[in-house]
Amino acid sequence: MAVEPALSTLTPGGFSGTALRADFAVFDTLTRSGKRLVFLDAAASSPKPRSVVDAMADAYSHHYANVHRGIYELSEDATTRFEAARGKVATFIGAPSKREIVFVRNATEAINLVAFSWGRTNLKAGDRMVTTQLEHHANIVPWQQLTREVGATLDYVAITDDGRLELDDLRAKLAAGPKLLAVAAVSNALGTINPLAEIIAMAHEAGALVLVDAAQAAPHMPIDVAALDCDFLALSGHKMLGPSGIGALWGRRELLDAMPPFMTGGSMIIKVTLDGAEWNEVPAKFEAGTPAIVEAIGLGAAIDYLTALGMDNVREHERYLFEHAWAALDAIPGVRLFGPADPAIHAGVISFVLDEAHPHDVATIFDSEGVAVRAGHHCAQPVMLRYDIPATTRASFYVYNDLDDVEALTAAVGATQTLFAD
Amino acid sequence: MDNLYRDFILEHYKHPHNKGYLDPHDLHFADSNPTCGDEMSMTLRLDGAGSAIADVAFDGRGCAISQASASILTDGLRGQSLDEVKEMNPKDLLDELGVPIGPARLKCALLAYKVLQGAVRGGEVAWPAEAEAVG
Repeated sequence: MAVEPALSTLTPGGFSGTALRADFAVFDTLTRSGKRLVFLDAAASSPKPRSVVDAMADAYSHHYANVHRGIYELSEDATTRFEAARGKVATFIGAPSKREIVFVRNATEAINLVAFSWGRTNLKAGDRMVTTQLEHHANIVPWQQLTREVGATLDYVAITDDGRLELDDLRAKLAAGPKLLAVAAVSNALGTINPLAEIIAMAHEAGALVLVDAAQAAPHMPIDVAALDCDFLALSGHKMLGPSGIGALWGRRELLDAMPPFMTGGSMIIKVTLDGAEWNEVPAKFEAGTPAIVEAIGLGAAIDYLTALGMDNVREHERYLFEHAWAALDAIPGVRLFGPADPAIHAGVISFVLDEAHPHDVATIFDSEGVAVRAGHHCAQPVMLRYDIPATTRASFYVYNDLDDVEALTAAVGATQTLFAD
Repeated sequence: MDNLYRDFILEHYKHPHNKGYLDPHDLHFADSNPTCGDEMSMTLRLDGAGSAIADVAFDGRGCAISQASASILTDGLRGQSLDEVKEMNPKDLLDELGVPIGPARLKCALLAYKVLQGAVRGGEVAWPAEAEAVG
């Protein structure tokens, strides 16, 4: 084991990130720099705990057959495990029924499903819908395509200098009577936690449905769709300790029932003749073809891991690391930080630029110190345009991070500045 | 870090050669690397016969690798014929940088090559195969 001895120090989340590293095989190996891996890129995709990898190996080895088809033990076993994972997702996000959970590949596919199915049925020429300037491209491009295709108008809510949504601007955009508001729970590029409850209430009052892109929120804080009162919610498994290739769309049952299929084929029909077909009930209606069976089971195992920690605790843990990292970086001259300074509305994601070095150089130098961060536009080019920067370097925290990672981050900033100083 | 960001690269980045904009010029091309937002333009003056490069300047913003690469590339251009420039092997530029470039940074290193080829060929050219290790 290359990891350092576990510290007994607990963060306000009630657990030790250092100790949790033993659960993740990736931390067993040193980086090519000879230093331990300081992984600060969960916002792109998270490492997987051994329990997730083991659950998937077990499913493939001992419980695998196609689901919803075979009248034999192995298929029934696989179906039970696959459907149990659906139930875990439903419980995890407070969905009233697991029938409202549609398995998809990722949040991107979930949003595209709504854009194709709900959007092309309900949005007409002359209609409006709203998204925001802080969205990931996944919550912009599907709506650009949709509104162009049907002749509707897409409005964008502006953001403040410190990366918050301009609620007055939202109010103005809602006053125009949009049919849908598509908004992120947490900005992947800035870390901003949007005031969802307030936003959703405003949208509903204006008669708009609300789709929440929870890709950056579901892994890091409690989500309760019933309490939020949103209408659709999208999440990705790979950002929340689960495998890639699995995500979920939650939608209100009556909305999902009224929507036409997104993709068609096997599983999603109840009857097919040469003249046509009748659709299966939700969620099967939206799950054409053999699904990502083992990936769903892996996502279920990831949810078990997070639930054992407690999502309130995960949030407190990351908030603690954020506060330390923000304060440390803010104290270094030549570091420009993005997003709100208030830890109550900032997730464990810190986007920054250095005066002297391009974000890509920063990430390369960090890599040579064993520190993995993301550099680029983070699939949020409108955010980069808003602040007139080509890119940022982004550090993002998760359960296995601890104060030693915050120290490694600030040390790497110092090393970069020294190298680039004239 | 000492490997990739050794003094040679950093020196070119901090004090780039041939940086600016030639006015007037005979050839001009601008391009970008959309994955990281690096932007670069190049202006060239030709000799009396219009067949060789008399002067060159580049401008842009971007990472140390892309800017140093442009500084190094443009240093060797004066006196070269347009035909020679068109036949230039992008691998030679990577070799000249003298440091191993990881797959994610190849486009940074070869942006200057792409812009130069766009200028001498009169329009955008595709990324060379050497840049495609990572999509």
